[in-house]
Amino acid sequence: MEEKLTVKIPALTLLKMYECMVRIRRLEEIVGELVCKKEIKCPSHLYIGQEAVAVGVCSSLKREDYIFGTHRSHGHYLAKGGNLKELLAELYGRLNGCSRGKGGSMHVVAPEVGLLGTPAIVAGGIPLAVGTALASVLKGEKRVSVAFFGDGATNEGVFYESLNFASLKKLPVIFVCENNYYSTHMPISACLADTNIKDKAKVFNMPGFRLNGNDVIEVFQKTREAVEKAREGGGPSLIECLTYRWRGHVGPHYDLDKGLRSQEELNWWMGRCPIKRLEKTLLDEEIISSEEKHKIVKRIDEEIGEAVRFAKKSPYPGEDELYRDVFKG
Amino acid sequence: MRRLTYAEAINEATYQMMEEDSSVFLIGQGVTSPWYVGTTTEGLLEKFGGGRVIDTPVSENGITGVATGAAIVGMRPILIHPRMDFMYLAMDQIVNQAANWSYMFGGKVHVPLTIRGIINRGGEQAAQHSQALQAIFSHIPGLRVVMPATPYDAKGLLVASVKDNNPVIYTDDRWLYSVKGNVPEELFLVPIGKGAIRKRGEDVTLVGVSYTVYESLKAARELEREGISVEAIDLRTVKPLDKELLFESVRKTGRLVIADSGWRSFGVSAEVSATVSENLFEYLKSPPVRVTLPDTPAPSSSALEKLFYPTKDTIISAIEQLFR
Repeated sequence: MEEKLTVKIPALTLLKMYECMVRIRRLEEIVGELVCKKEIKCPSHLYIGQEAVAVGVCSSLKREDYIFGTHRSHGHYLAKGGNLKELLAELYGRLNGCSRGKGGSMHVVAPEVGLLGTPAIVAGGIPLAVGTALASVLKGEKRVSVAFFGDGATNEGVFYESLNFASLKKLPVIFVCENNYYSTHMPISACLADTNIKDKAKVFNMPGFRLNGNDVIEVFQKTREAVEKAREGGGPSLIECLTYRWRGHVGPHYDLDKGLRSQEELNWWMGRCPIKRLEKTLLDEEIISSEEKHKIVKRIDEEIGEAVRFAKKSPYPGEDELYRDVFKG
Repeated sequence: MRRLTYAEAINEATYQMMEEDSSVFLIGQGVTSPWYVGTTTEGLLEKFGGGRVIDTPVSENGITGVATGAAIVGMRPILIHPRMDFMYLAMDQIVNQAANWSYMFGGKVHVPLTIRGIINRGGEQAAQHSQALQAIFSHIPGLRVVMPATPYDAKGLLVASVKDNNPVIYTDDRWLYSVKGNVPEELFLVPIGKGAIRKRGEDVTLVGVSYTVYESLKAARELEREGISVEAIDLRTVKPLDKELLFESVRKTGRLVIADSGWRSFGVSAEVSATVSENLFEYLKSPPVRVTLPDTPAPSSSALEKLFYPTKDTIISAIEQLFR
């Protein structure tokens, strides 16, 4: 089944997805180190383990399509094509950061590639994506909007309000739930009376899918179908991607010592690494060699190193910046 | 000049803005209802259709987010909350999202959104259908708050709000819907942040906003007969305050009374009082006086409602005290 799927995807697309996943992984590992060194001080929620979701979904979108992220959006930012240097500069609180040093890790933006913002209030971005979808319809544009959110967000009322309105008006929006099994410190089973998130679409007369969120090919294929359907006026979909964040809720640590989860559970998921999974496909199908793989990682590390250097030598915002941008003139 | 009611002026501004600019649309609870928002949206559905006049489910937070999202990509929605009370349900989208969006993302994205919050007090509607929340929204950086009193301003400030590139809380009071006044037929704009002197006077500056402007003018006329000359100011915009206008008046009169339709503590009247006191302390002949709602929820019984809302009489007795 899987081989059949890969045949339909051009090798170049697979390779791009692989590179993007590695870029996100390496960025997050390096950010974790920089947080430990206290070079990066803003609270950073790492995406390690969930890379296949952002990359699979964003690879199914066009540049002009819109996405909204969350407090954990370095991955969404890079997957949609955001500038790496500006991301690092933002994490360093510098003036040439993507949000001019006013957003930090939780509020990254790249409107030039369709990332319109990343609210850090759980579920805050969901109705915004419904709104951009409504705008696309009113303008007669064929853009699709995507709201990324976690399993915890399905506890918020606005999630249900948004699904209802989107389905009622058949808006071109995809609701992507990254179910990583934890809402900050709480396991999903302690939060949701029914942990089957995809089924929450049913009551809104909307299709819901549950995918292996660690399989970028599955995420890409299924999302692409939902996106193209939405683009042609077929209405919204809810896509639940089962995945796992390797690190704790915030910061580089694993939350194991605090008794929030077990080493066994983490090991089980690390054995299902989304990057290793795609890597195996690429090697098996001889899309890349082992040597090329190492070259890719090395090149990406160099890119990130350069971005860190760029960030560190960037200026801090001055006093005038404190008062700027409260209002748009 | 042609005379319109306040409600007709809102309706005309909405109609003309939607006709002029295809990015303007109307969304919210009751926008196609014959009674929910008075007559302020009458005829718009027939003219512009259900695509641009969107009546919505009772999902205040969700729909406010939808309007905010549409604004982020260049639409200019007019979002209606038919009671200000319901806006509490949408606080996350209004405050955390819409108001912060420009700043939080370094000005790369912004939210040209008008939120019409309707005050519909009185009539024994009690605590959850009577609230005037101008102070709460004025506290938030990133929001502008306008409160027209006249039909002229109802139109001109709505146009200015829609043309503004930021979230504006436009508050209209149903007690004013039948007030008539001169309103030009063409599209015009009343600048946000500019107050107006409604009556010149020498002895005391009386600041009103929205319906308290009318109570203030009634009070001013009666006081004139007692020999007290009142300068009546209509704030028109609560945030940003027209400080220059306030200062100029208080420099002349040396006395300040503020009549607001909100609560006393931490309210608009407190802000005006503090702003003037900080800047013109040496000009003040007496401490500023606040005429407001008492710090209680709105009661139902009309016997209590009469005590609850400020009137010309409460304003008159506040001013008389200054001259005793």
